[in-house]
Amino acid sequence: MQFNQFSQPHQTRPIFQRFYASASGNSSLLVVEHRNGAVDGSTLNALTAAQALGGDITAIVAGGAPETVAKEIAKYNGITKVLVAKNDAYSHNLPETLAPLLVEAQKKLGFSHVFAGHTAFGKNVLPRVAALLDVAAISDITGIEGADTFVRPIYAGNAIATVKSSDSIKIITVRGTAFPAATTAQNDPAHEAAPEADTAALSEWIGEELIKSDRPDLNSAKRVISGGRGMKNGENFQMLYDMADKIGAAVGASRAAVDAGYVDNSLQIGQTGKIVAPELYIAVGISGAIQHLAGMKDSKTIVAINKDAEAPIFQVADYGLVEDLFKAVPELTQKL
Amino acid sequence: MSKSLRIIVPVKRVIDYAVKVRVNPAKTDVDRNVKHSMNPFDEIAVEEAVRIKERLPSTEIIAVSCGSAKSQETLRTALAMGADKAIHVEVADDSKLQPLGVAKLLKAIAEEQKPDLIILGKQAIDDDSNQTGQMLAGLLNWPQATFASKVEITDTLAKVTREVDGGLETISSKLPAIITTDLRLNEPRYASLPNIMKAKKKPLTKSTPEQLKVDITPRLETIKVEEPAKRQGGKKVESVDDLIDKLKNEAKVL
Repeated sequence: MQFNQFSQPHQTRPIFQRFYASASGNSSLLVVEHRNGAVDGSTLNALTAAQALGGDITAIVAGGAPETVAKEIAKYNGITKVLVAKNDAYSHNLPETLAPLLVEAQKKLGFSHVFAGHTAFGKNVLPRVAALLDVAAISDITGIEGADTFVRPIYAGNAIATVKSSDSIKIITVRGTAFPAATTAQNDPAHEAAPEADTAALSEWIGEELIKSDRPDLNSAKRVISGGRGMKNGENFQMLYDMADKIGAAVGASRAAVDAGYVDNSLQIGQTGKIVAPELYIAVGISGAIQHLAGMKDSKTIVAINKDAEAPIFQVADYGLVEDLFKAVPELTQKL
Repeated sequence: MSKSLRIIVPVKRVIDYAVKVRVNPAKTDVDRNVKHSMNPFDEIAVEEAVRIKERLPSTEIIAVSCGSAKSQETLRTALAMGADKAIHVEVADDSKLQPLGVAKLLKAIAEEQKPDLIILGKQAIDDDSNQTGQMLAGLLNWPQATFASKVEITDTLAKVTREVDGGLETISSKLPAIITTDLRLNEPRYASLPNIMKAKKKPLTKSTPEQLKVDITPRLETIKVEEPAKRQGGKKVESVDDLIDKLKNEAKVL
């Protein structure tokens, strides 16, 4: 088993020590993503990244009813202040209203860094904020080497770039799997109303269709079972659901399986879907294209089940089983 | 729909998605002497614009690419797919261009061309930034509908279904607006040979950052580029029993 720099950056380089001497000037704004009154897990990973910088961390919670979430985030280690922006204009995370709010907060309080998770929410909002502040955005960081120097994968994770920002404000989205979730502490930071900002509506939220599932969330699951084109149809995914339920795993898919309509898009793992790094990743009927590997190759243990012994997935799998999945998966489920 | 639409589609020339990229020996960049093609998300953006034009033939589609002279190949591909004209913003060194600079160039072009819609890919598969559309929307103070999997355009509104974590979300934005495409939006067409021939005659105008009065100085300096850690994969097991045994006793993950 290997720890590579992606999934365990805090173990491979001394990011916590190097720049404390100059860290007194660092002051971070953590953009809290939340749904149904709960903090999204990605925010807790982003908080750990912010902690690595040193300095004050102010959390900002915006929403129609942000009070519960503001109380929850206040309990986490390292939060020095909570800004609460209560306004119905913030109810649906529209970037046209959130970005001006974050810009106002930065201008009034002079944050050197703004952090959010690299999720659909963070990706949508933070680049807009960066443009309004006339600074670069730094996407999907997997390591912090200094107050202005960050590590991020490029080319679907086939190269790792270290970049240094010349801007005074750093706008950063954080790859959740690269930083552990922050922990709670005896913490009682002050709550303050966030600065007022323009809430003019350029867009209207119409509705959403979320996929309901009792299984663990893909982003944070310790075990993930994914199916690819080899599953042949959507009904056969039931075999994977059965195995997932037996070991408490989340279910994911390759792009081929999503495009063929076997499962919903939100289950796609890869360069353009979700990035996961569970303890156990079981790839079933997945060939292992570059774009899929980008989303899972930092998993601790990878298992591949495929009847094609030449499939590229076997080059990254810790354990490969060359067998027909329609025979191997039911047998595995039964014996687990 | 009554009025005619003007759509700008920015396209980027990138290393082809099927190429396994390698870090160069100096560890400053990847080896770029490999096959390039249009960024896959941008093909989807061009396709969506062309589909809108097929419903509303008075639509005009302007493809824009910022980069070295070779970006013109990418623009010709967009023209062959159905764009009407192209603008090439020539920059000597592609690696000096970053999303903020590109967003500013596109803003200058949008102010000249006054489009109703700008459709971009959600991310380029080389830098994987996923920023340019959002930055452009911020600079123009236009609404943004990112990661679109369905687009309906009416006279004054864009109704867009977005791919978000956990499912789909639908928003309605006033035009002019920015849309960025997800993979599921459509299946791009192949350019036919006659259309490739016709594309050679379509207008392609050139511009520069200086003419557009845009400062594209990079804000991020790449200090180094490295190969990712290699995995020691390749171990095969004989049977399901063997697999379960290894997971329980060797990897200790079950």
